[in-house]
Amino acid sequence: MLQIGLAHYLTVAAILFTTGVFGIFLNRKNVIIILMSVELMLLAVNINLVAFSAYLNDLVGQIFTMFVLTVAAAEAAIGLAIVVVYFRNRGTIEVEDISQMKG
Amino acid sequence: MIQALVFYMFAAIAVAGGVMVISARNPVHSVLFLILVFFNAAGLFLLLGAEFLAMVLVVVYVGAVAVLFLFVVMMLDINFLRFREGFLQYLPTGALVGLVLLVELALVFGTWTFAPDAASVSAAPAPDVAAVSNTEALGRLIYTDYFYLFQAAGMVLLVAMVGAILLTLRSRPGVRKQDIARQLARRKEDTLEVRKVPSGGGI
Repeated sequence: MLQIGLAHYLTVAAILFTTGVFGIFLNRKNVIIILMSVELMLLAVNINLVAFSAYLNDLVGQIFTMFVLTVAAAEAAIGLAIVVVYFRNRGTIEVEDISQMKG
Repeated sequence: MIQALVFYMFAAIAVAGGVMVISARNPVHSVLFLILVFFNAAGLFLLLGAEFLAMVLVVVYVGAVAVLFLFVVMMLDINFLRFREGFLQYLPTGALVGLVLLVELALVFGTWTFAPDAASVSAAPAPDVAAVSNTEALGRLIYTDYFYLFQAAGMVLLVAMVGAILLTLRSRPGVRKQDIARQLARRKEDTLEVRKVPSGGGI
């Protein structure tokens, strides 16, 4: 219990990932919270990668984490830009209204 | 002993913050809890010996991504309470999917072991921390073996930046702005006319 091993980190990451998935279902209408849930899931993946990297003594996991961070930042920027444009055009960001992509 | 206590503190706060992110009523609170989660994940990275990534997490995620979220949440004038209407309706489905996922992950973790030769096939063995710091070791790898991927990551960020600017840039009509090209293209003949006015006659 007091000896922290790989399994502890993997458990934290699993719980965070599940929280992210749960958050997408829970906040079906609010696209901003959905984006935040995706960020949570990516963070969980990063924790997994860094934990394996540390316990296998292999630095490639940490390099891959950097690339995941890059893609996550790009995804957040593009996603929020789309939200802003959509809000400008429609005056709302309800996900259920986005089913029609015209106009 | 202390390491275990610190780990449990970081892990507990991260998980509790994650739960608050998805359940907070106010999206601004959600973003602030997201920042809390990122800070505690950075603490976990520190415990794992990945100092550079911990700092990158704080700088990039808290400094850029979370602030971007906060910016957008505060910029959009939306009644966020209306979004909560279907909250309980999706709760059973979400809980079911989350539970199934968690059980699956637990099953994987329960029966999984390292391959016996896992340590010997590592692609880039981490050097001794006393001799080479984590940041330096990462830099040595990124700027040599992973240089092209590093450049590709830069391209991803560039494309994202161009895309975000292109999406949000708009030209509004009826706004008085300085147009330097038009100013410079004006010639004297276009705007100024010299007339001889006879005295006492008027134009």
